[in-house]
Amino acid sequence: MNEITKIVPATKPDDWASDQEVRWCPGCGDYAILKAVQRTMPELGVEPHNTVFMSGIGCSSRFPYYMETYGFHTIHGRAPTIATGVKLANPKLDVWLITGDGDGLSIGGNHMLHLIRRNLDCQVLLFNNEIYGLTKGQYSPTSRTGTRSPTSPTGSLESPVKPCAFALGAGGRFVARTIDTAQKHMPDVLKRAHANKGTSFVEIYQNCVVYNDGAFDQFTEKKQAPQTQIWLEHGKPMLFANGTKGLKLNRETLRLEVVDVVDGDASQVIVHDETNKSVANMLIDMPFPEFPVALGVIYCDPAPSFDEAVTVQETKLKAGKTADLNALLRRGQSWEVH
Amino acid sequence: MATAVKAPAQDGGTDVGVIQKESVVVRFAGDSGDGMQLTGGQFTLSTALAGNDLATFPDFPAEIRAPQGTLFGVSAFQINFGSTRIETAGDQPDVLIAMNPAALKTNLPQLRKGGLIIADTGEFGERNLKKAHYEANPLEDGSLDPWQLLAFDISKQTLESVKPFGLGNKDALRCKNMWTLGLALWMFGRDREPLIDWLKNKFSKDEVLRDANIAALNAGHAYGETAELSGPLKQFRLAPADAAPGLYRTITGADAIALGLVAGAQLSGLPMFFGGYPITPASAILHSLTKMREFDVTTFQAEDEIAAIGATIGAAWAGHLAVTSSSGPGIALKSEAMGLAVMTELPLVIVNSQRGGPSTGLPTKTEQSDLYQAVYGRNGDTPMPVIASRSPADCFEVTIEACRLAVQFMTPVMLLTDGYIANAAEPWRVPDMTDFEPFPVQFHTEVPAEGTKFNPFLRDPETLKRVWVKPGTPGLMHRIGGIEKSYATGNIDYSAENHQRMTDTRKAKIDGIANFIPDQVVEVGKDHGPLVVVGWGSTYGPIRQAVDLVRSKGHDVAHVHIRHLWPFPKNLGELLKRYDRILVPEMNTGQLKTLLRDQFLVDAKPLNKVSGQPFRIAEIEAAILGMLNQ
Repeated sequence: MNEITKIVPATKPDDWASDQEVRWCPGCGDYAILKAVQRTMPELGVEPHNTVFMSGIGCSSRFPYYMETYGFHTIHGRAPTIATGVKLANPKLDVWLITGDGDGLSIGGNHMLHLIRRNLDCQVLLFNNEIYGLTKGQYSPTSRTGTRSPTSPTGSLESPVKPCAFALGAGGRFVARTIDTAQKHMPDVLKRAHANKGTSFVEIYQNCVVYNDGAFDQFTEKKQAPQTQIWLEHGKPMLFANGTKGLKLNRETLRLEVVDVVDGDASQVIVHDETNKSVANMLIDMPFPEFPVALGVIYCDPAPSFDEAVTVQETKLKAGKTADLNALLRRGQSWEVH
Repeated sequence: MATAVKAPAQDGGTDVGVIQKESVVVRFAGDSGDGMQLTGGQFTLSTALAGNDLATFPDFPAEIRAPQGTLFGVSAFQINFGSTRIETAGDQPDVLIAMNPAALKTNLPQLRKGGLIIADTGEFGERNLKKAHYEANPLEDGSLDPWQLLAFDISKQTLESVKPFGLGNKDALRCKNMWTLGLALWMFGRDREPLIDWLKNKFSKDEVLRDANIAALNAGHAYGETAELSGPLKQFRLAPADAAPGLYRTITGADAIALGLVAGAQLSGLPMFFGGYPITPASAILHSLTKMREFDVTTFQAEDEIAAIGATIGAAWAGHLAVTSSSGPGIALKSEAMGLAVMTELPLVIVNSQRGGPSTGLPTKTEQSDLYQAVYGRNGDTPMPVIASRSPADCFEVTIEACRLAVQFMTPVMLLTDGYIANAAEPWRVPDMTDFEPFPVQFHTEVPAEGTKFNPFLRDPETLKRVWVKPGTPGLMHRIGGIEKSYATGNIDYSAENHQRMTDTRKAKIDGIANFIPDQVVEVGKDHGPLVVVGWGSTYGPIRQAVDLVRSKGHDVAHVHIRHLWPFPKNLGELLKRYDRILVPEMNTGQLKTLLRDQFLVDAKPLNKVSGQPFRIAEIEAAILGMLNQ
């Protein structure tokens, strides 16, 4: 669990918006995420010129163009690699990686795995819309089995990957989940992600209005939300449905169960311990609609970041040595010709 | 190779059995577990310390420990050394040291007729003969009559010499290479001390192994001293080679590149970032750099080739001298990212240690077949400077030049070397860094006037390079990326006229480099005449020697060797047109030939070899004579 220091904002959300016209489809979930990020940045106590937004290819990857920070729109799936170079070269930069389900988990899945296991200090915002938007609607690695699309007209046959399960499996130390429309909660998740020194992985359910509209309606629909969403808070019982339901850990089966909370008696409801990886796995894996969808910071158990470890090792190796190139060239056995 | 130029001197030394020679080619060959590369490397060091000029050719299999005794598991190390100028590892060995039947079988075809074979009879048992597909023992059936043969039980001699140290049979036999090295040191009258010092250092943590190896080395030397001198075992004496005064060391291409990168970083005033992924024969550069952290070198072993160049691009943007390195197949994987570096105009040095292709090809053998890939191998119109080193020692200067071009023109640069150069060693006159002209980088920090937006594609009017702004610089926030950008603002712009202008600008910038590189010189011969031999890369040695040889017979032939392959030096076309004929020897199917024809409309004729082995001088000589007689 990381401490979040209260910040007196030195910038306004508008200071973080570039002069570029936003080019997403009207109604795209990306707009809400952009707004939430621009609203959150002033509260992080960072400066635009020390902030870097990086992305791969896809609809979400246009994001850096709309931020008045340093930005690098790289190539498909490779943003984690370029971010690694940026951060190793200058660990002081605050690096944000914007990616999607195709960019981050299909073509760039390998890099995402290694970014997370190395624990490079950066925030990964993975916009999951369960479809390839920019290439016009093909199924993605997070699409549900049976998804009909131009490349799967009779239904896809593949099992989807769960982004948070992937991140946890890769050794991620910070795994969170939120929804594009959750304007109240998302800034909290982003602040927590920013406070964690290491790879902070945030999956954002994002609605694609053109190719996969309503994919998440079952649990994002406002009226149903209390029944279908559970917002996790460290040290608090896992309650939902306005406190009338909770999650219980069955110690016989080692599985989670939904229990009714009668008269506010939450004694059998499990308390969220975000450092508990086993429970985090269960929360990510809960089947819907039998269970609510787990949101918020699911897992956070910080470890030293890669860039910090590199800096520490380099400082140690350099200590007491002078960089004398002429001496280096002459190292080893040599002979003089007169 | 000097032996081909001048006949070796016959017996004429002052001592009985001592032969004076100008140059000798020795080939150590054994099982890949026999330590032949180590033996060769140490023999090289002793040769250098004796003041001889030299060139080496490590020739090893792709298998790390192939099944013992097999033909495909043979590892060899060839060294050519002498008192004259040595440019190649030699066409034909004079001495072959064969540690087993497989080593004899695979290396015998190269041995000069009349040359000396030293064979370990202890390894010529029935089993090993069978593994090498020998029906009868070649040491006994007369098949080696065209050569001189010295066969004795090196294994047994070694076991006896290390007996006092109580090693197991396997460990004791592993000292065979040191015993053999001791014998070789005696043959060439070499000082044992530097090698004993080296062994003391290498086995500083294991006294038994240290003492056993030293004992084996001494025993091999003593064997030479006391053996019957009337046999074929003779001592050779070679005078030191003439060399310019100065301090010398031996260096491999891979080490020269590592040092050149550190030098390039210092001359540009930048910290260095090196991202790599292990691949033969390029890994040695990464290995070397990990030990040079005090020079502000950050090394990163990435998860794959793409990640290696990706991280490098990120570090370049953040203001480092950024370098990635690989070999053919890995370079292919990096192609898309190279396009990104061209598009975002970020400086990178990309080192390609070429090997036999296509695909996995011949991982440990040499070839020059990535020239097309370097010049043409990317999507879109994606020009990139390409330069090549000609020899291990040349790598140092060429690497500095690659760094200079990258930062002075804000472009990725491909540096071509090859498996031969990477592994081979030669003496190197150690330069003084104060003799090099620094090329310090100026990062752009000037904030535009109020109300004006910063354009990251602001260009230098002379070189067309764009400004380099490090993220973290106040007031210059900007976005770059692989998508086409406006010439005027740096924002996304796919309009027709803008793409035309940006494509033209990227091309003009790279073409313009021709104005900032040295004119092409003629290595040897006149700047006009009946025939010029044009080469690039590691064919330098055999071309130069072949041209010298043909010229010594009175023919008017010139040698031009190209370092800057893209863009070419601006006088090259005009120079080549002053010759009647152009011969282009290459270890590929004619790639430079294509470039020369394309750029200058000249009738360049190819001479191609793709056997995984460097050219022999005689092959080029024959082609030159053939062409002159046409």
